[in-house]
Amino acid sequence: MSGVRIPPVLRTATGGQKQVTVPGETVGEVIDALVATYPALGAQLVAPTGGLNPFVNVFLNDTDIRHLEERATAVQPSDTLIILPAMAGGSLR
Amino acid sequence: MTTQTIDPTPAATESLLTAETDAARAADGRVRGLRCRNCGRLEALGPSYVCAACFGPLEVTYDYARIRAEIQRATIEARPPGIWRYLELLPVDAPPERGLNVGSSPLLKGSRIGRELGVERLWLKDDTRNPTLSFKDRVVAVAAARAVTFGFDTLACASTGNLAGATAAAAAAVGLRAFVFVPADLEPAKISHALAYGATVVRIDGTYDELNRLCLEVADEEGWAFVNVNLRPFYAEGSKTLGLEIAEQLGWRLPDVVVVPVASGALLTKIGKAFEELVDVGLVEPRPVRFVGGQAEGCSPVATAFGNGSSEILPVRNPDTIVKSLAIGSPADGRYALELVRRTGGSVESVPDRTTAGWIRRLAATEGIYAETAGGVTLGAVEAARRSGVIQPDDEVVALLTGNGLKTPDARLFGLTDPGSSAAQNGLTPPIRPSLDAFEEWLDSGVWAREPAGVAS
Ligand SMILES: Cc1ncc(COP(=O)(O)O)c(C=O)c1O
Ligand SMILES: [Zn+2]
Repeated sequence: MSGVRIPPVLRTATGGQKQVTVPGETVGEVIDALVATYPALGAQLVAPTGGLNPFVNVFLNDTDIRHLEERATAVQPSDTLIILPAMAGGSLR
Repeated sequence: MTTQTIDPTPAATESLLTAETDAARAADGRVRGLRCRNCGRLEALGPSYVCAACFGPLEVTYDYARIRAEIQRATIEARPPGIWRYLELLPVDAPPERGLNVGSSPLLKGSRIGRELGVERLWLKDDTRNPTLSFKDRVVAVAAARAVTFGFDTLACASTGNLAGATAAAAAAVGLRAFVFVPADLEPAKISHALAYGATVVRIDGTYDELNRLCLEVADEEGWAFVNVNLRPFYAEGSKTLGLEIAEQLGWRLPDVVVVPVASGALLTKIGKAFEELVDVGLVEPRPVRFVGGQAEGCSPVATAFGNGSSEILPVRNPDTIVKSLAIGSPADGRYALELVRRTGGSVESVPDRTTAGWIRRLAATEGIYAETAGGVTLGAVEAARRSGVIQPDDEVVALLTGNGLKTPDARLFGLTDPGSSAAQNGLTPPIRPSLDAFEEWLDSGVWAREPAGVAS
């Protein structure tokens, strides 16, 4: 279980909600659960190959998950996942 | 890229346009809107930077057919100096009423330093002398003009240093409130510079990349005009003016090579866009230009990807370099810079800090130009690209000096053995009495004799 902060450009997909709570023990599970709950997010968050869209950066609390264990990073219930455009630094995955 | 930007918008994309887009287009004429660099979707002109469909970055796009019909060398040449002489290729309706005097910096022959670098025809684009002493005045001028027309009351930025002063001064000139976010360990000269213009300086205990992430959230929460976040498409267009000036100053020609310091990669990418646009609208003849980027060894994610032949840019978590102005570990436009460099047969060079400091000293000692750390990196990149053969001895090369040495006063001494105490190295000798005797004694003693301002290897 984890809180996920939704940036404005994605809020139409979450019915305007800024923050949602979804289940999951890892970053990957939380993102999968997020897309399962709000399917409209799939187009923006998930690349055709199944991984994260290269223009999306995901932060666990304050840390870029690329500095952690990416999708395998463990998530505690008190954690917040932040989804931001890759403007805060981009990379081809 | 050239064909992409002048292509008519595909019908599918056109159907996504709203009435608001049509209004924005009518108001701006030449400016068609914001186009996603990833999927090509067109959006209305506004303070947005992310594609709603695919999350890709947005870029300003123009009606190039119309610009081609209107733009003329003579019209541009007849205008006053400054970035607005290239109005047709900038995303504003008219030159703003208020703002600083930015741009038209000199393109100087660098023959003395060129000889040391083994480059016969070297030009130095001296952007150390903009209003706040860096090229960032260009990008901020465009973003600030847009912030005013969009009706914002606060101008803000996420800065590696130079942007803070540029944003603070521009906000003062156009009458907006300024909040500038900087890493707490920034050079003191840059912090006090921003404070002097009345800006609120938000010092963040973290890296640039961490404060940039924070600023993305603050931009959304506070509704401020962050020049390099929500106004980034407009900000980035300002970088084109360096490329436009270079072409005009060469007599409406493109050089063989341009050498550009790389932080986010926006500057390098946008000089590429400027050259392509000049060809598209018929102001210069096409010519293959190689793009060479420079990064500091202690924060060189783009140079590393280039060296590995990889298209993946791995972020650098903890930059460790004296070149704070380029210390972006996760560069927003890195992929586009890498792509441009590869496509043109250029390179991205990684320059050690000692080499950077050495070139700062050599540039000052041979050309009378005092550049900040990014300028030392640029010359280090010329040297490295010359050594690898990317730059040939007879190439016409333009090197960008994007910031002033007064902002990084300690950098020139970096790597010297004992900079604190040796007059031979730092040039500082003890004060003497105001008498001719004392002076002659001092002169005879030779304490003032300087070591050559060499480049460390
Ligand atoms: C002096 C100087 N040169 C070059 C750059 C690089 O700009 P960009 O982030 O567009 O790559 C910066 C950026 O902060 C800078 O301060
Ligand atoms: Zn898109």
